[in-house]
Amino acid sequence: MKSDKLREKILPYLFVAPAMVFLLIFTLYPLIYMIYISFTDWTLVSKTKNFVGWENFVYIWQRADFLNALGNTFFYTFWTVLTLMVASMLFAVWLHKDTRLNNFTRTAMFTPHVIALLSVSMVWSWLMNEDTGLLNMLLQTFGLPTSRWLNSSDTAMGSIVLVSWWQSVGYYTLILFAALQGVPSEIYEAADLDSAGPINRFFRITLPMISPQVFLCLITMTIGSFKVFESIKVMTAGGPGKSTQVLVYYIYNTAFAMQFKIGIASAAGVVLLFIVGLLTILYFAFLSKKVFYQ
Amino acid sequence: MENPKNAAVSPQQKALQKIIWVLGAMAKLAIVVVFVFPFLWMLSTSLKTYNEAIAYPPTLLMAQPQWENFITVWNSGNYPLYFRNSIVVTLTILAIQLVVSVPCAYALARYKFRGAGLCFAIVLMAFMVPGQLTFVSIYIMFANADLLGTLWPQILPFGANAFGIFMLRQAFKQIPQEIIESARLDNGSELSIMFRILLPMAKSSLVAVTLFSFISRWNDYFWPFVMTNIDEIRPLTVAIAQLRDSENGSKWQIVMAGNVILVMPILVVYMFLHKRIINGFVYAGIK
Repeated sequence: MKSDKLREKILPYLFVAPAMVFLLIFTLYPLIYMIYISFTDWTLVSKTKNFVGWENFVYIWQRADFLNALGNTFFYTFWTVLTLMVASMLFAVWLHKDTRLNNFTRTAMFTPHVIALLSVSMVWSWLMNEDTGLLNMLLQTFGLPTSRWLNSSDTAMGSIVLVSWWQSVGYYTLILFAALQGVPSEIYEAADLDSAGPINRFFRITLPMISPQVFLCLITMTIGSFKVFESIKVMTAGGPGKSTQVLVYYIYNTAFAMQFKIGIASAAGVVLLFIVGLLTILYFAFLSKKVFYQ
Repeated sequence: MENPKNAAVSPQQKALQKIIWVLGAMAKLAIVVVFVFPFLWMLSTSLKTYNEAIAYPPTLLMAQPQWENFITVWNSGNYPLYFRNSIVVTLTILAIQLVVSVPCAYALARYKFRGAGLCFAIVLMAFMVPGQLTFVSIYIMFANADLLGTLWPQILPFGANAFGIFMLRQAFKQIPQEIIESARLDNGSELSIMFRILLPMAKSSLVAVTLFSFISRWNDYFWPFVMTNIDEIRPLTVAIAQLRDSENGSKWQIVMAGNVILVMPILVVYMFLHKRIINGFVYAGIK
């Protein structure tokens, strides 16, 4: 019996220890290290790290390229989240019945989400190719004006939003569809008796009933958008000009690509951490209020 | 259509409903095309000649499948090595995650101990922190440890899978306590109870977690792009990205052939296991 007691006491710590070691080394420590470095003048070429206070933050705040990257990130996030939210909600409601055709449609819509974003970005670069891409050929065939897509600073960011939307909309449709399955059908039957119209019914019953999931989707989408990098790296490399430079791209360029200014890159990283942290707190504050995991 | 009210509608209304249904079905098929066609276009381009690829008007089928496009890709770099790296990295991560996550999830689900809440909070936090926030620090850590020329920087940061721990914890919680008690009476060690009795019972969660991990690791480009500086440790994604920047970059049929190589394993798995994969992803989204 005594060894049982001991086992009960020590075993759980042995069980969680490996996971905690990994999470502390590769999640928590890097964040703390980044905050520390953001207050130093460290570059990969210099050996010394001097404490410089808020200097890096003041510096990036005055740099046009950082503000441009920040602005582009907000632009991308705003349009991606808005179009994703509206579309996935419409799709989820439209495809909510459990029929074969609907299941097939939802599965097809989800496919791009399991494919490497790298390949998704490349096939869309090809479709959007200005001279020989399929999209412009189609537009031409129907007598519509063609677009410069990724080649013009006016349309490049919009094109990237379109690709992100295409890759993710099936995923969020499925999540909201799962949420809709949780709405008791009696509520709709009651509404049918009240002969509420479909639009009325959506805003007065459906939306309030699935609002927790909608809110969580909203935050997941926003965090996902703030960390955008791969698609931009592949499709425009930040161009044309600097029209698709985003925050992570700025961090990467400052840290590695040519400048090796780790201190300044970390300061930009702290800005991103601040945004993601705020959203995460919102997420969990909301989750703990709703407590629907137990 | 199942609505009982429909029994009372006039034939005209019935016809109208039929038309609406047909229009809806057509719209749904159009959506299927929008989401699947780009992959068909990728495949079709990969089998064309350059002139066919850029021809106007475009054609879906090629006169003769150009299988040599794939050979061109394969010979443009050390592809057997990239392929091997992708497989080694992905499988090693899955193995470490299994060994690390299962005991952690088991302890969090089944034991009351001081600090359990804190551990769970760390798991949840790790869930929300993207690699885009940690890559600079982790790169420096591996540089200091002199491991940048190895595969470890692509493997170790993913050793603990926060989402997997979370999901397995849920699954373990649902297993009745009596089963564990009776196994203990049979003198089973805690480890054998965990791996031989509980794990099989949480099989569907485990499969979902594993598929989710496999897909995200195989597809990842950002992390290996940042962590690899020499050719010997590159995975497939980084190699395909470089194909685009090479002399073959403007030959779309070659670039698409490279992407077909990257995408095929996942598409095949998805075709057979899409139900389980979808469950895993949806669960990750709702929690």
